[in-house]
Amino acid sequence: MPATTEAGVFDESGLVARARDGDSGAFNELVNRYSRKIYRLAKHITQNDEDAEDVLQETFLKAYEHLNGFQGQSKFYTWIVRIAVNESLMKLRKRKSDRTVPLDEPLDTGEDTVVREIAVWDENPEQKYSREELAQILDEAVQGLKPVFRTVFVLRDIEELSTEEAAEALGISVPAVKSRLLRARLQLREKLSRFFKRKGDDVFAYL
Amino acid sequence: MTSLLTCKEFLQELNDYLDDVVDVQLRRHIEAHITECPNCFVILDTTKKTIQVYKGVQPQVLPEDVHARLMRAVERRQTAKKPAASP
Repeated sequence: MPATTEAGVFDESGLVARARDGDSGAFNELVNRYSRKIYRLAKHITQNDEDAEDVLQETFLKAYEHLNGFQGQSKFYTWIVRIAVNESLMKLRKRKSDRTVPLDEPLDTGEDTVVREIAVWDENPEQKYSREELAQILDEAVQGLKPVFRTVFVLRDIEELSTEEAAEALGISVPAVKSRLLRARLQLREKLSRFFKRKGDDVFAYL
Repeated sequence: MTSLLTCKEFLQELNDYLDDVVDVQLRRHIEAHITECPNCFVILDTTKKTIQVYKGVQPQVLPEDVHARLMRAVERRQTAKKPAASP
């Protein structure tokens, strides 16, 4: 049995080394392995099909160009995630040319992690909706987050990067990842409460 | 030792608790807090469910045409420029 990482993928340092030595087949294998995840990531951040496709292509073309610069200290996936995040944020900046979307946007100290909605949810709230309805509810909730929060949430809770990997991919500190993730999770919780709360309960029932 | 965690402190620790990276003592304080504070119990439970529903979403299939265009772009680049072999 080949060695597997916790993500369940085969140890790929050999594959990366072969790609670096000019083996097109090895590079294509890496593309096939991660294209779906990179596309999903780009779509979540850019919220747009066309931008997501551009990001997907740019990410792998840049990875190909700079493969010699990849030292293998981090995972190949973390390395391309960083490229994809930067490309995605550039798309956002271009779209809102009048407003920049800096990743290092100064944040207030988290006083708006105020919890307003305190209602019990159904046991399996997602089962109240069809797959399509659920996907739309979840997408719209993520869309409603600011890019700084959205990006961290997507990396940590959708792409399942560790806190350290997300910090590396975003070029921000571990505490910054943590505080943004908390706010993203709490804001999403608020947004989803509208759809998932148990009927008949209200905020005051538990106060 | 009794729990002295306030709701605000509970919120600050919520993430680490959900990610299972708190030490035993803090875990005990958090769990003591939620047995006494129904609001924080609900916040914990619904935040946990928020994360679960997103984790349950399958990655979308990469549309075939998008994949085909990606592979063509990669091949064009590979033909145009072979990466320099590492020393």
